[in-house]
Amino acid sequence: MVIFSAIIILTGLGLALGLSLGIAGKYLKVEADPLVERVEALMPGSQCGQCSFPGCRPAAEALVAGSAPITLCPPGGSALVEQLAKLLGVTVDLSQTRDLEPWVARVGEDTCTGCTRCFKVCPTDAIVGAPKQIHAVVADACIGCEKCVNVCPTECLQMHPVEVTLRDWRWPRPLAAA
Amino acid sequence: MSEYLLLILGTALVNNVVLVKFLGLCPFMGVSNKLDSALGMGLATTFVLTLAAAASWVLEHRLLQPYGIEFLRVLGFILVIAAVVQFTEMIIHKTSPVLYQVLGIFLPLITTNCAVLGVALLNVQERFNFIQSLLFGFGAALGFTLVMVLFAGLRERLALMAVPALFSGTPIAFITAGILSLSFMGFAGLYTK
Repeated sequence: MVIFSAIIILTGLGLALGLSLGIAGKYLKVEADPLVERVEALMPGSQCGQCSFPGCRPAAEALVAGSAPITLCPPGGSALVEQLAKLLGVTVDLSQTRDLEPWVARVGEDTCTGCTRCFKVCPTDAIVGAPKQIHAVVADACIGCEKCVNVCPTECLQMHPVEVTLRDWRWPRPLAAA
Repeated sequence: MSEYLLLILGTALVNNVVLVKFLGLCPFMGVSNKLDSALGMGLATTFVLTLAAAASWVLEHRLLQPYGIEFLRVLGFILVIAAVVQFTEMIIHKTSPVLYQVLGIFLPLITTNCAVLGVALLNVQERFNFIQSLLFGFGAALGFTLVMVLFAGLRERLALMAVPALFSGTPIAFITAGILSLSFMGFAGLYTK
C-alpha cells in the first residue's frame, strides 16, 4: 500500500511543482531579442564552450551583436555557418572555412627541387629528404600547420585532405535540422 | 533567542559547510576567481539554501513521514530543490540582468550543489523543527557566502603575486583552500555542542 501513496505523492509533487514553475515562467518572462532566441535554437546546444563563450546563449548574443564571427562554432560545422549566414544576412566565403576533416601537406614530385627549406621549418620533422633530392611528407606525422607551404619556392607543397581509408572511415556527421 | 543566534553562528563558522563539512566544493573552486561573481553566487545560494531548507522540511514532515515513505527522501528533496533553483533563476533574470549575466552558467548548477541537499538531509538527521531548519539553512548559506568571498579575495591577491610557476593557478588555490580550512577548524573551540 505504501508504494501507491509513494507513487501518488511523487506524481502530485511533480505536477504541482511543474505547474507552478510554468505559471511563474509566464509571469516572470523576460522579453529577449527574438533574433537571439532563433540563433540559439540553431546552435548545437551542448554548451561545450569551444567558442570561448560560457554557453550557446552568450555565443548567440555575441553573434547577434556582431562581436563574434559566425564561424565560431566548431561542433556546428559548415552547416551551422550557412544557416547563420542566411539568418543574420551575412555573406560568408565558405571556401575559406574548411570542414573538420584534417588536411596534410603533400610534395608535388615533378616540381620539387630538393631545396630543403620545407623540412627545416617543419615542427614535427614530418618531411624527409636530402639536399637535391625529392622530399616526401610523412602523412601520419604532419599536423597541417602549413609552414612548409609558405616557404616552398616552387609551390610544390600543397595541402590536401587526408584520404579516407578503411582504417579511418567514420559515419558522416548528422546534418543539422534545417 | 540566543539559542537561535548560536545555531546560526555555529552553522556559519564552527560547522561551516564548505571548509569543515566539505560540501559544495565545486562552486567554491569554480566561481571564486572574481570577488563580484563569488558574492553573487553566495547570495543566490543563500536564497536557494534557505528556501530549500524550509521547503524540504515541509515535504519531510507533511508528506514523507505521515505516509511512511521516507525512503523517497533524496528523490523528493532533489525535486523540490530543482524547482526552487529554477524559480530563483527566473526571479534573478527578471530583477537583476547584471547578476544574471555574472552568474550565467553557474546558476543552474546550484541544483547539483551538494551543500543544498546536504543541509536538507542534515536537518532531518538533527531532528530540527521548522524554525531551526530555516535558521540552519540560512546559517549554512551565510557561512558559504563568507567563505566564497574570503576565498575569492585571496585568489584575487594570489593572481598578482609572484607564485612559483609550478604552483600557479589551481595548485596554489588548493593549497590556500587547505590553509583556509585549517584556520576555520580553529573555530571549533568557540562553541561545542
